[in-house]
Amino acid sequence: MAAQHWSPPRLSLRFLHVWRRNLLVWRKLAIPSMLGNLADPLLYMFGLGYGLGRMLEDVGGLSYIAFLASGVICSSTMMSASFEAMYSAFSRMHMQKTWDAILNAPLTLDDVLLGEWVWAASKSFLSGSAVLIVAAVLGLVPSPLAIAVIPVIFLTGLAFAGLGLIMTALSPSYDFFMYYFTLCVTPMMLLCGVFFPLNELPAAAQILAQLLPLTHAVALARPLVNGTVPADWLLHIAVLAAYAAGSAYIALALTRRRLLQ
Amino acid sequence: MSPVSPLVASGLRKSYGSKEVVCGVDLTLQPGECFGLLGPNGAGKTTTLRLCLGLTGPDGGSIHVLGHEVPREGREARARIGVVPQFDNLDPDFTIRENLRVFGRYFDIPEATLQERIPALLEFAGLSSRADTRIQTLSGGMKRRLTLARALINDPELLFLDEPTTGLDPQARHVIWERLRNLLKQGKTLLLTTHFMEEAERLCSRIAIMDNGKIITGGDPRALIAQHVEPHVVEVYGEGAPDWAEAFGRRHAERCEITGETIFCYANDPAPLITDLDRRGDLRYLHRRANIEDVFLKLTGRDLRD
Repeated sequence: MAAQHWSPPRLSLRFLHVWRRNLLVWRKLAIPSMLGNLADPLLYMFGLGYGLGRMLEDVGGLSYIAFLASGVICSSTMMSASFEAMYSAFSRMHMQKTWDAILNAPLTLDDVLLGEWVWAASKSFLSGSAVLIVAAVLGLVPSPLAIAVIPVIFLTGLAFAGLGLIMTALSPSYDFFMYYFTLCVTPMMLLCGVFFPLNELPAAAQILAQLLPLTHAVALARPLVNGTVPADWLLHIAVLAAYAAGSAYIALALTRRRLLQ
Repeated sequence: MSPVSPLVASGLRKSYGSKEVVCGVDLTLQPGECFGLLGPNGAGKTTTLRLCLGLTGPDGGSIHVLGHEVPREGREARARIGVVPQFDNLDPDFTIRENLRVFGRYFDIPEATLQERIPALLEFAGLSSRADTRIQTLSGGMKRRLTLARALINDPELLFLDEPTTGLDPQARHVIWERLRNLLKQGKTLLLTTHFMEEAERLCSRIAIMDNGKIITGGDPRALIAQHVEPHVVEVYGEGAPDWAEAFGRRHAERCEITGETIFCYANDPAPLITDLDRRGDLRYLHRRANIEDVFLKLTGRDLRD
């Protein structure tokens, strides 16, 4: 790749136009979209939480459904950001050529990428927050410290939106995204402490899990939802922030290579 | 040079890998003119437009658009240019009116100004009565008119039109031409790429023919016809046409070109050809004036460009 693709991002507030365009489209379908985004996480929470939860005394000192709720907040955020940054962004870039139209206006590809990145994180923020609200309504959120989960959800969204945009920059077609889901998203669902505590895993898998962003999102969200300050919170935030910034930068460079020919 | 030229490009070069697709292109537009960039597929027309918009950096040469140095000030230049792209990229999630409004916001145009401009643009596009319908329901011609209206949202001084009528039926094409003449009357400068020679002859005061990344000739369309080809063309069709061309056509036309069973005879005086064809009566023919297409085919050849 040429050095010019790796030049520092040139940021401008015009990215907000891209973000706003996506918001306007989303608003037209907001209710079915929110329900669709909530259905999956709630099925996990109720299905596993009540079904499996009956057989378990407690998990890490919590009822299983309370344990699960904080994990599902994070996995739902991951799913929503990944879908938006891959399928939806790819549609706008490749199928509808929406980005091409925007680039003929006084916006740059850097503005477009920044707008898409923040948008995908915003949309996943809504999904994660919706699960948090449902959990609170069910009485699974005992502490006001849970408010601190809100920025964690957004940061988690930025990390997975950036990773998704890397895939979009590389993708020849929609089929390509299945590899990412099968090889990255599904393993993270299972390895990162969403459904069971990390220490149930073999030692090698625990080390692997520490490298994955979802682990750090769960490590922040679970104690906060249940009213304690997470151990090593600075480290977890740093890992998520590094994933977010690093992936967005790589996605920008790859997209420049793809489109600024 | 006065008055100030809206676009000056000199010595433009651009390569993809080892293939140079734009090799030393010079372009200067005069204010208020329609300039046609003609060429077969792959000649480098679209890449030249992308360079002038600052969407990609040139490997050599310089570009000034409306006083801005491109690509360094591409953003400032694009704020004052309207673009009709080769393929429609209207926003399928929005209505006609929303397409205009959302696009206007990309230019930071105040909402109040947009509220004023949009009805006029809907009128211009002949889409006032359908302003609130989604764009999926529109015909190809309507989409093109909306794309043209969208390109005017920032009241640009300069318009880039990349094959604006490709894929349209004749009625829709004539409507677009009429709108473009309208814009010329308002004093806008148009840079048009096309491979419809009729389009170039109707609209353009000057053209340039591009092939393999180079501009091979340019100027006033009528002057180019006079310079490069004989004024009369007799096209002869049918099985016996090649034999007729060998036996008779070649001796009485300045030039004969044969493609399959069609003969193109280029002549200063077509009378002997027509007299002979009428006498025989077994070959169909068409006598017409030479046009830009003849110049184009003479200079770029009749081979397919895929």
